[in-house]
Amino acid sequence: MAQQQETGVFRRDFSKAPVILSVDHISKSFKLPTEQATGLKQAAINWTRGIKGFRRLSVLRDISFDVHQGEFFGIVGRNGGGKSTLLKLISQIYYPETGSIHVTGKLVPFIELGVGFNPELTGRENVYLNGALLGFTHEQVDAMYDDIVDFAELQDFMDQKLKNYSSGMQVRLAFSVAIKAQGDILVLDEVLAVGDEAFQRKCSDFFTEIKKDPTKTVILVTHDMNSVKKYCTRAMMISDGEVEAVGDPETVSQQYTLANLEAEHKAEQERQEARGGYPNGLNEHCPILRTIPVSSPVCTGEEPFVFDVEYQYDDPGDFYLAIAVHDVRRGGITYDTGAKVLKVKEHGHHTIRFSMPLGLFNNGEFRIITSLRTPLSNNPKGTDAVGVALDENSCSFAIRNKRNENYALLSQRALHIMPMDADQITVVPNTTPGWEDVAEAAK
Amino acid sequence: MNNLVKRIADRYRYAWTVLRGLVKTDFKLRYQGSFLGVAWSVLKPLMLFCVMYIVFAKFLRMSDGTPTYSVVLLLGISSWQFVTESTNVGLRSVVDRGDLLRKIHFPNYIVVVSATVGALISFGINLIVVLVFALASKVRFTWWVLLLPINVAQLYAVTLALTLLMATLYVYFRDIAHIWEVVQQLIFYAMPIIYPLSYVMKRGGLYSDLAQLALLNPFAQTIQDIRHNFIAPDTQPTIWGEFSNWGIKLTPVILTGLLLWLGIYLFKRNSRKFAEVM
Repeated sequence: MAQQQETGVFRRDFSKAPVILSVDHISKSFKLPTEQATGLKQAAINWTRGIKGFRRLSVLRDISFDVHQGEFFGIVGRNGGGKSTLLKLISQIYYPETGSIHVTGKLVPFIELGVGFNPELTGRENVYLNGALLGFTHEQVDAMYDDIVDFAELQDFMDQKLKNYSSGMQVRLAFSVAIKAQGDILVLDEVLAVGDEAFQRKCSDFFTEIKKDPTKTVILVTHDMNSVKKYCTRAMMISDGEVEAVGDPETVSQQYTLANLEAEHKAEQERQEARGGYPNGLNEHCPILRTIPVSSPVCTGEEPFVFDVEYQYDDPGDFYLAIAVHDVRRGGITYDTGAKVLKVKEHGHHTIRFSMPLGLFNNGEFRIITSLRTPLSNNPKGTDAVGVALDENSCSFAIRNKRNENYALLSQRALHIMPMDADQITVVPNTTPGWEDVAEAAK
Repeated sequence: MNNLVKRIADRYRYAWTVLRGLVKTDFKLRYQGSFLGVAWSVLKPLMLFCVMYIVFAKFLRMSDGTPTYSVVLLLGISSWQFVTESTNVGLRSVVDRGDLLRKIHFPNYIVVVSATVGALISFGINLIVVLVFALASKVRFTWWVLLLPINVAQLYAVTLALTLLMATLYVYFRDIAHIWEVVQQLIFYAMPIIYPLSYVMKRGGLYSDLAQLALLNPFAQTIQDIRHNFIAPDTQPTIWGEFSNWGIKLTPVILTGLLLWLGIYLFKRNSRKFAEVM
């Protein structure tokens, strides 16, 4: 460990730390009632008829993993994958059907913030009650009380009843209790997105701090891949009740993102079928609208980018094509033709070729999105988008050229900022190609 | 071995911490927003007592003819009020506290115990009121008073047992609340609370037998014991004086024990599933 630190890599080897939470081949299923009524009568009727009144839903199957002391362990997974159930099993709220769970030390669960908070009690009383429910005696809460109040920034409100708090204040108080509670293992479920920006930053600092503490272990369930990458020392992905992956947070979060994309793709296909086979953005009025690259999708930018727009539109009346260029990495719309500029002459199914110069741009990834528009009858300036070429109908391309930089959108060839008084600034030419011209211009 | 002792101590310290937190909160919240506050826990049984005293002692002239009868009546009503309060609150406690049980792990019998302890505190206050009345009506206390804690403990045990039992059932069958409301009335009238036991016994024959039978009910037995030991050892018949057979004498005590065992057993067996079932 010391060696690793000397080499500048700050990463503890947790596998040698003692195992503090051991989950051993656990399974869990739930009875889902199929009969609505709960009552003696229904129970008696079901019993005589031999109806079970429920069906089994297997939520977790054969889950095993160990968490070592000092780890910041992330659990990710899609909704309904069994994360929360697993958390409740770890917190001993549910009991596993098979397998066992061993916990060493005091585990403080936060399945939900502010459990047992009562609006009729003051902030102070609620802190003590919440503490008691988590198993802290009055004296123990005394010891952490100031810390909690400081962190929540609610010094002036502690003797107010909770019902007079704003919802943000309530959440802040609850969250402060959660993270200032002096447990050995902290179990947090989806609680990171609370409070305003300043409070968020504070929490972020706290997590970074607790990550360094070798005695505190944190188990975090979240959807937010950024916080997994930022805080977790190890992560696990659960899908459909099984462990899909355990390992370093980068790999796991990538896998999670991939799984999400797949699911989205599947959902999109289903949506398309529901729309009657038309791709996203299109319909029976405009069944075809496609932007197709003619030039290579990875280009140098020295030649104009050439692409085709294929359309089919048979409704009577004028119609226009509007083409927008989106900057995928930097965000924002780089260029737009305007809605009523490119008036199309022919109805029916045709292809039109366009060309766009790229010399202005640095390296980047762009997407061309075409829409087919008709003028509004009541507003001569407005148009109505009949069809939009989204997703697979849009056209993506990238500019890759040594002469370009990566950071800004516009290259030095297109734009440069020059001092108005040359006495104050010396323009230092750099090695970027194109600067020679700038230097020339400055003279 | 040492480790085991420490673990047990830890376990019950947690339970104790939670219990204190819940009882304190409940008590704070119970009379919040009312002008008279805690005074209500004294006023309520007192007003109830006035009503019953007027109806039964004055209009129906039901009395055992002793000057202590009104205090005995008050004591009976207070004791029964403890039973109804803890069962009616405790019965729903697991479901009412469902949000807690589903979010954190803690010994969940505590929610039932806290409901009964809340009622026990009210009972304690009421006993002080009874004491004041007893002093005012010049009751002569005897050494029997020393047995009072045992009687109260037994009353608490049988009440807790019933509450645990019904709280468990209530999670699965909400009907229990309505059934208990009726059964509670039945027990109340089948028990010598508003009418003196001696009044029934004096009528002889079948009534006398029924009165004796009523004493086998642990509630009747303990409440009679409480009255006997606290206020009127001379005039209040108890099971210990009415029967000579020890088997019969001990029946209500054994019933209490059995009920307590059953309550704890069923509650423990099902409590693991409460968080899922609710």
